[in-house]
Amino acid sequence: MRLIFASISGLIFGFGLALSGMLNPSKVQGFLDIFGVWDPSLAFVMGGGIMVNAIGYYFVLKRDKPLFAEKFTLPTTTNIDKNLLIGSTIFGIGWGLAGLCPGPVISNVLLQPQDAVIFLIIMVFGLSVGRRISNQSIHSE
Amino acid sequence: MIIDLINFTPIQSFLGGALIGFAAFLLMLTKGRIMGASGILGGLITKDFKTDWLWRVFFIIGCLIGPVILITAFNYEIAYKPVASGIIFYIAAFLVGFGSAMGSGCTSGHGICGLSLLSKRSLISVITFVTAGVITVFIIKLLGGI
Repeated sequence: MRLIFASISGLIFGFGLALSGMLNPSKVQGFLDIFGVWDPSLAFVMGGGIMVNAIGYYFVLKRDKPLFAEKFTLPTTTNIDKNLLIGSTIFGIGWGLAGLCPGPVISNVLLQPQDAVIFLIIMVFGLSVGRRISNQSIHSE
Repeated sequence: MIIDLINFTPIQSFLGGALIGFAAFLLMLTKGRIMGASGILGGLITKDFKTDWLWRVFFIIGCLIGPVILITAFNYEIAYKPVASGIIFYIAAFLVGFGSAMGSGCTSGHGICGLSLLSKRSLISVITFVTAGVITVFIIKLLGGI
């Protein structure tokens, strides 16, 4: 059952990304181009998403546990560290360069395989390198 | 500031965003997990993934099919215009993966989920990556494109 809901969640996510315009790199860049000709659409994506999810989370997290799992798995780190700042900066540069972030890349695989497949492969490689490096710096601190 | 009224899609973007938020809510309700694309992907490439990978694959399969449903069932045309190619495109792909792993999240994890949890880390992350993206695009436009 939890697997069915995981795929339904993914399905709605992919559908929402496509409807919102997030799958289109030029639209993403248009949102980041605030000093040029600015397309504020993605602020509406963020607004709509947070509005629904914040209300949803508020009620869900009052429960003892999820419907089909033993417990809620929530982030435990609270401090603002170097990895968060450097990682987010690097991510933002890549996002600005290509107009693509991880969710839309996955959802573009069937629609734009010529771009999305190679991007996904290199991105996953980047993920594994990033994980290794940030784990090391946590241990060395 | 000049608003791009030709490409502005407030209604579709808001509805799409609301659906993304609902998807995140649904994953928390049923599986108790944050819906972060980079985290869900990243969990597939760790050594200790043995017990925890199947739901990730199912989620990703859903992500692949979602847009296809929008096209086929609703006859919707999904625009796609690339902005980078060649070596810049590949470098960007690496930076997106590397940065979201190091920063523990991306647009969905920090943006949609973290902000909904009122996480200070996510707020700082979103401000940081949007600022970095804005500066990057500013420099690209300054150089006359890439």
